[in-house]
Formats: sequence, structure tokens, C-alpha cells
Amino acid sequence: MEELPKTPTGISGLDEVTGGGLPQGRPTLVCGPAGCGKTLLAMEFLVRGITQFNEPGVFMAFEESADDLIANVASLGFDLAQSKDDGLLVIDHVNMPGGEMQETGDWDLDGLFLRLGTAVDTIGAKRVVIDTIENLFGAFSNRAVLRSELRRLFGWLKERGVTAVITGERGDGTLTRFGIEEYVSDCVIVLDHRVTEQTSTRRLRILKYRGSLHGTNEYPFLIGESGMSVLPITSPGLRNSASTQRLSTGVARLDAMLGDGGFYKGSTVLVNGTAGTGKSTLAAQFCDATCRRGERALYFAFGESEAEIVRNMSSVGIDLWQWVNAGLLQFRCFRPSVLGLEAHLFAMQKFVDEFDPAAVVMDPVSDLLRIGTGADVSAMLTRQVDFLKAKGVTALFTSLTSDAEPALADQQIASLVDTWILLKTMEGNGEHNRVLYVLKSRGMAHSNQIREFLLTDQGIELADVYVGPQGVLTGSARQAQEAQERSDGTARLEDLEQRRVNLERRRESVEAHTAALWREFEDEADIVGRLLSHASTGVEDRAGQRAEQGRLRRADTDEYIAHIGELDVGAL
Amino acid sequence: MNAVNEPAVVAATAHETWHLRLYVAGQSPKSLHALVNLKSLCEKHLAGRYEIEIIDLVENPSLARTDDILAIPTLVRRLPVPLRKIIGDLSDTERVLVGLQIHPDCLS
Repeated sequence: MEELPKTPTGISGLDEVTGGGLPQGRPTLVCGPAGCGKTLLAMEFLVRGITQFNEPGVFMAFEESADDLIANVASLGFDLAQSKDDGLLVIDHVNMPGGEMQETGDWDLDGLFLRLGTAVDTIGAKRVVIDTIENLFGAFSNRAVLRSELRRLFGWLKERGVTAVITGERGDGTLTRFGIEEYVSDCVIVLDHRVTEQTSTRRLRILKYRGSLHGTNEYPFLIGESGMSVLPITSPGLRNSASTQRLSTGVARLDAMLGDGGFYKGSTVLVNGTAGTGKSTLAAQFCDATCRRGERALYFAFGESEAEIVRNMSSVGIDLWQWVNAGLLQFRCFRPSVLGLEAHLFAMQKFVDEFDPAAVVMDPVSDLLRIGTGADVSAMLTRQVDFLKAKGVTALFTSLTSDAEPALADQQIASLVDTWILLKTMEGNGEHNRVLYVLKSRGMAHSNQIREFLLTDQGIELADVYVGPQGVLTGSARQAQEAQERSDGTARLEDLEQRRVNLERRRESVEAHTAALWREFEDEADIVGRLLSHASTGVEDRAGQRAEQGRLRRADTDEYIAHIGELDVGAL
Repeated sequence: MNAVNEPAVVAATAHETWHLRLYVAGQSPKSLHALVNLKSLCEKHLAGRYEIEIIDLVENPSLARTDDILAIPTLVRRLPVPLRKIIGDLSDTERVLVGLQIHPDCLS
């Protein structure tokens, strides 16, 4: 299929949902109730054409005077007077008479055609706005002629090849009061302005776009300081880059639970839990860790003021004030009900753009449910997540849930978040204690353990819980269990010590015994030695005596006496 | 148009010169009809007391904007005041008289 040529409007978001802009050289009908922003859309279409696409434009106004129009959009930063002077814009205010004009026969709208044709030719206009042509129905009584003339007008606009925006006020059960939608068949955009639970939301829908694909949803839009912006609920594509860089959560054991060092940079974290489970504290600790690395953190608080948060966190040893003073931490505190969801989104994105933080905290997103339905909030958060991911900002959302029913928004944003940390209180033994676990964490070998979550003077600490026959033990039951284990251990140690002492004693006694035996042995050896030496002396003496006696008696020869003496000695 | 200050207008019609301006677009049948109808009507009701100015918007297109003209033909009663506008080829004489507030009874 050949691509339909389109004229970009330059209006933020509108070109995305229309797939490139309005049909080029054809009229587009923009309709809706009073005050829905038709005129502004039309005017911005012209202004953007002039400033961004170098396409001069003609604004034919049936309602407001040129001066009013110039003044009305000046607050949005559009300098129409300048564009007029530069010959890029013609504002033709058609002053409608108060009542019907007397019709005295056949007539046509050649005057209007000539006016428009002249204006278009004078500046070489590529864009034309007619706001609101249905006012003609108040001035002419011959509807048949008027309708045929309008049909001719739209045909004429196509012939001239100008891209036109025709506005029309919503009628009773019809798109426009006088049914002009039947003449403008190429593209119809419907604007709406709804108030739900005291909060107004503007919405835009492409009802029809002949020959082109277009978004069919209702898209919220805002009229902000710089004009209109349409916020596509679903971003055109998921094309975010993925970082493998980890950011510490500020809690060492939680970092360990997440596998290897904390959240991924640019990921989205949901911390969800019942009241008083320490969600904000976890968020504050994360901010603290972010600032400690020298990066900026932006904290959106919907329930507490800056001073309250800083004070409350200082009670658990987290000094946020130093980071605020250092310009690393910024708080934006407001009640959700002051603005509609889209306005909040817009404001928050603006703050993020201005401050350029590495981390953003929204505490708690469940408060947004007060100003919108679960589907609206989840749509808004989807856009917020997409926005932050595109910027590589790590986001931490807290969400308050009740035990009875998990908040609708949680279920709907669950698929958006990369890491989901659950905080709970566990009741037992007449007390309730906080526990934490990681419900999911994409791309991380995260722990499956439940940890007890302690708020100490030094911030958050995580402790092991005891899993026994009675279930998970926390709080004082855990402490009792720890004490029990400690005392068991002590008893074992004492037993061992006793054994060691016994052994030592035994060794001493063995040594003493050995020493006694040695002494006995040595005594005996001594005696024997002495005996031996005595014995040899005696033999010599006796042999000597016998030889002496023999000599004296002359009984034997000397040889024999010597022999006797040797024998004696050898016998011994 | 609304009938405002009618007695004053009627009073004025008797002795003032009528200044009428007819806006046309080229030589279209509607324009020519309007001119013919206007002339015969003026001769009949305002003889000697009228002045007709014809403006061809094809020649002077910028006047359409300055004089706030949408429909063709448009007849504007510039004098006597207040300014009045009627549209069409002026074939419906009744409506022309009502639109210009020419009262046949009060005239001649």
C-alpha cells in the first residue's frame, strides 16, 4: 500500500498516534465539547507549522477576535503577532452578525472563498484552520444552500492542496452540532474533557483516518506551559538498552540477596507492603546509597513532606539532610489530588528532565489510585517507566497494600517492574515483625529466602529468620531461638573443655609414672654397675694373693701361677 | 435583523439619501440578477434618493475581509444608519424591503 502523505503537526505525541501527522492536503475535523482544547490544537498546528516546518498558515476565526487569539496563546509561548508581522500567519476574524441575515434569494459563499483564497495566496499558506465553521449555521437560514456551500468549501480546500483543520462543537448525540462530519471524511479527531472523581482529564481519540493506520485508543493529553502534549498510553516500542551495571540498594544483605550487588541500573523496582513495613525507609536507604556514590536522586512523596521524611529517616540513622544540602537529593512532595494523573506525569517528567537524577523514588504510587482507576494509574506508570528507562534512570516505586486485597495497581504494574520486593509483617507471640523477600528480579540469581527486616540506629539490617516446626520465627521468638542455640553451644564447649582438662591430667599422670619407672631403672643400673666394678677388683686381688702364696710356698712354677691368674680372671 | 430603533429609522428615511453597496463576485448570474433587482427596486421606492456602489470582490478580494463579507451577493445599507446587511440575489422583494426597512406605506 502506498503510504499516505502526511503533514506533521509538531504537537508532542499527536504525530506518534496518527503515525506521522494529518493527511496532507486534506481537511481534518477536530470536534469536541466546549473548552476541550479544539482551538488550541488547531492553533498549535499552525504555529508549529510556521516555527518548525516553515509552512505559513491561515487561521479563520469565527469565534474569537485576532487580538483575543493572540493573547490567549501568548501564555503558551506562541508569539502570533510576530508571525503575523513576518508574513507567515494570517488571522482572519469573521465577525458574525448577531442574528440571521435576511435572505432575499439565491446566494453562495463566494465571499468566504475569496477571503480564504486571498489569505492563502498572500502568504503561500500550506495550513489552514477554520474555527468554528458551524457558527455559520447561526447566520444563514437556508440550510440547504449552506450545506452545499460547505461541501464545496471542503472540496475547494482539497483542490488547493492545503492541510486544513476544521473544528466543530459536539452536538447532541452527534459528533458536531450540524453534522459537518459528513463532509470531512478523511480524518476525524475527537477531543473530550471528562471529570472523574473531581479530577479532570482531557482525552484525544482518532475516530477515523482514511487510508492510514492510527492508534485507536483514547489518549490523555495535556495543555501545559509549552502547548499541548498527547501522551501515548503505550509507547511505540520497547527499545530500551539494558545495563548490566549494578547499583547498591544501600543494604548490604539485600544486595547479596539480589545476586551480585543490587539493582540493575535503569531497572524498575517495586517495593510493596502493608502499612508500617518500612517501604519508605528502604526507599530512603536507596537514595542515601545513590547520593553516597555522588549521583543525584529525586524523591516524589505523595504522603509526607520533605521535613517529615528527613526527620523520620534520621531516627533510623539515615541522614538525608546532608544530601539535600549537597544538592544531590531533591524532594518533590505533593498530594496526588492537586492534579490529574496526566498532569502529574507531565510535571514529574519535567522535574526529571530538569534535575537529571540517577534514581527516582515514587512513594507511594498506590496514592495515585485516589485520583484514577487502577487501569489509569497503571497506564500512567507504564509511561513513567518507559520514560525513565529511556533515560536510564533507576526507579523505585513503593506501593501500599492491605493484607486483604492486593491493590489493583500492583497487579497491573507487576509486569512492568524488573524487581519486586515484598515487605510483610508476620504476627506471632503477641508481636508483629517485618520480613522481606524478593518476589521476582529479572536477570538476577536472587535469593528465595525470607529475611527479617530490622530498622536499627544504623538503618536497615536484614537478619536470618528461623524456620522450624512452628513455622518461620521472627522477633523475640527468633531471639529466643538464637539464645537457645547459644546456650546449647556453650554446654558443648564446656564439655569439650572438661575433656581437654581430663586428658591433660591423664598425660601428666602418664608422664609422672614414666618418670618413676625411669628412676627405678636408673637406680638398679647404678647398683649393678657398682657391683660389677667391685667384682673385678676382688678377682685380681685373689689371683695376686694366690700367686704370692704360691711363691711363698714354692709349690708351682711361675708360668703355672701366671696361668692360674689368667684363668681366674677369664672365669669371672 | 433585529428591529431596533425603528421609529427613528423610519423618520430618517423620508429625507435622507440612501447609500447602498452591493458586493458581487465577477459577472455571475446571481450578481447580475441582484444588480437588476436592486435598480428596479430603488427606482420604485427610493427614486432620486439613492446611490448604489458596486464592489466586485474578484477585483478587490481584500475588501471581503475588511468589510466582513461571506455570502455573495451581499447588499449593505450604509446610510441611513444603522448599517444593515442582506444577502441573496434580491429576487424576493418583500424580504428586501423588510431587510432594508423600506416601508412602502411611509414612502412617496
